[in-house]
Amino acid sequence: MPVEMNSQEKIWKHRDRKTQLTHWAIWFFGTALFVWCWQLVSEKTEWFFVLDAPTIAADIGSRMVPPRWEYIDKLWVPLWDTLNIATLGTLLALVLAVPVAFLAARNTSPSPTLLRPIALLVIVSSRSINSLIWSLLLVSILGPGVLAGIIAIALRSIGFVAKLLYEAIEEIDENQVEAIKTTGASRSQVIAYGIVPQILPTFVGVSVFRWDINIRESTVLGLVGAGGIGLQLQASLNILAWPQVTLILLMIFLTVLFSEWLSAKARHAII
Amino acid sequence: MLELKKLGKKYRTGDRALKEVDLTVPAGQVLALIGPSGAGKSTLIRCINRLVEPTSGDVLLEGESLTHLRSSGLRRVRRKIGMIFQEYALVERLSVMENVLSGRLGYVGFWASYFRRFPQSDIDTAFSLLDRVGLEPMADKRADELSGGQRQRVGIARALIQKPELLLVDEPTASLDPKTSRQIMRLITELCTERKLAAIINIHDVALAQMFAQRIVGLQAGSIVYDGNPEGLTSDVLTQIYGEEDWTAVRKQQSSESERDIGDLEENL
Repeated sequence: MPVEMNSQEKIWKHRDRKTQLTHWAIWFFGTALFVWCWQLVSEKTEWFFVLDAPTIAADIGSRMVPPRWEYIDKLWVPLWDTLNIATLGTLLALVLAVPVAFLAARNTSPSPTLLRPIALLVIVSSRSINSLIWSLLLVSILGPGVLAGIIAIALRSIGFVAKLLYEAIEEIDENQVEAIKTTGASRSQVIAYGIVPQILPTFVGVSVFRWDINIRESTVLGLVGAGGIGLQLQASLNILAWPQVTLILLMIFLTVLFSEWLSAKARHAII
Repeated sequence: MLELKKLGKKYRTGDRALKEVDLTVPAGQVLALIGPSGAGKSTLIRCINRLVEPTSGDVLLEGESLTHLRSSGLRRVRRKIGMIFQEYALVERLSVMENVLSGRLGYVGFWASYFRRFPQSDIDTAFSLLDRVGLEPMADKRADELSGGQRQRVGIARALIQKPELLLVDEPTASLDPKTSRQIMRLITELCTERKLAAIINIHDVALAQMFAQRIVGLQAGSIVYDGNPEGLTSDVLTQIYGEEDWTAVRKQQSSESERDIGDLEENL
């Protein structure tokens, strides 16, 4: 009880004594843990390398400017590949994610005991593996190239899209669904009239958002050979061609800026 | 036409919402189902079209048992039973016209309905119904742009385009103001008379029930405690249905309210 009696007045405190002590203890142990970890990290750090880090960073920085502008001729195609990987990957993911979402949502799943857990498993496994790791796997299976990138992006995005979509399906207004059911509509008609209009705004929002994320992810897939502008980045890093690296980073930045602008526009237009 | 035989519903929580209800509704009769919240009114009408599965007893529509129908048989029977909801239950993001036409889904194939290619006869009926409920200029509006009374009119048109034989109406006026409530109740009962429709109207407003229904059934804790004409609802009966309350005072207040309402209407005319 934070309220105590003190002769005549009632004293109110934010926390009672026990909670107060617990808070102190938590802060004390947290601080101690931090200090201990700091010491551990410090012991295992080669301070020699860290100490000259500013000099080296300044050195690389000075080599990075000015960017090698004429290199841009070699970047247009990889950039176009990157956009394609993101867009086609997202489309493929959407096609696959919609049925998974309907199987995973508690109120639409045709078999809550068998298919629903499978759908949830698909979602979790897709989300738990980074697209860079998907690319590594796919490059060794399919060989290097844009296709591996597209499939990697799609596999990574299924879980994201399906999860947000099935949560939206579970939150729909059941009254509207009941109303459609009472007209004698079939199962598929109930979905098309009772459920789809309710989740459409979420679907559009999630798709555009995921496309936006995928543009960013697809810029690095080339590092492991899955096509796109990352290939050029890898090549330039390998030969220490810093002015080219600068230009590539600049182009990635502009592309992401463009996708952000476009997705914001699209979201406004549709929702 | 509609016959309930010892209809019972026990929810998984153990609540017995309905206890062996027997009820017969002849063709063309408008019946008001009154009773306090939780008496089982909603459960009763939802057991008829099986939005809620009854746990015992039987429902017969024109002699056909509905309780054991499988999905395709259930869909066929649901086409004959229109339903109007308390919160209108319109598909908010579809247009008024799409909402009305959705009443025909039981008669139209999936792809035709998906691409909104309804038969011309359905579209004609939809326009004439919208005209009848006074919403024809609104056909292209989205349902979420309408006011409560307008939405309920769309709900009525959607139920009627099914060409039902029975209308189930669940608290049609609970979300509406007193005047709109009367207009909606008047519209529903007029349409039932025009089309010789039987209707079960759940309503907790006793005065409205007396004003518009031919027969009143009082439900209390899942059992029927009154079944008779509107005049037979004495203070004793109301006490039995709802519990102790000064019913004459309530009545007086309501009748003065309705006089005022009639005065309003005359002013408007």
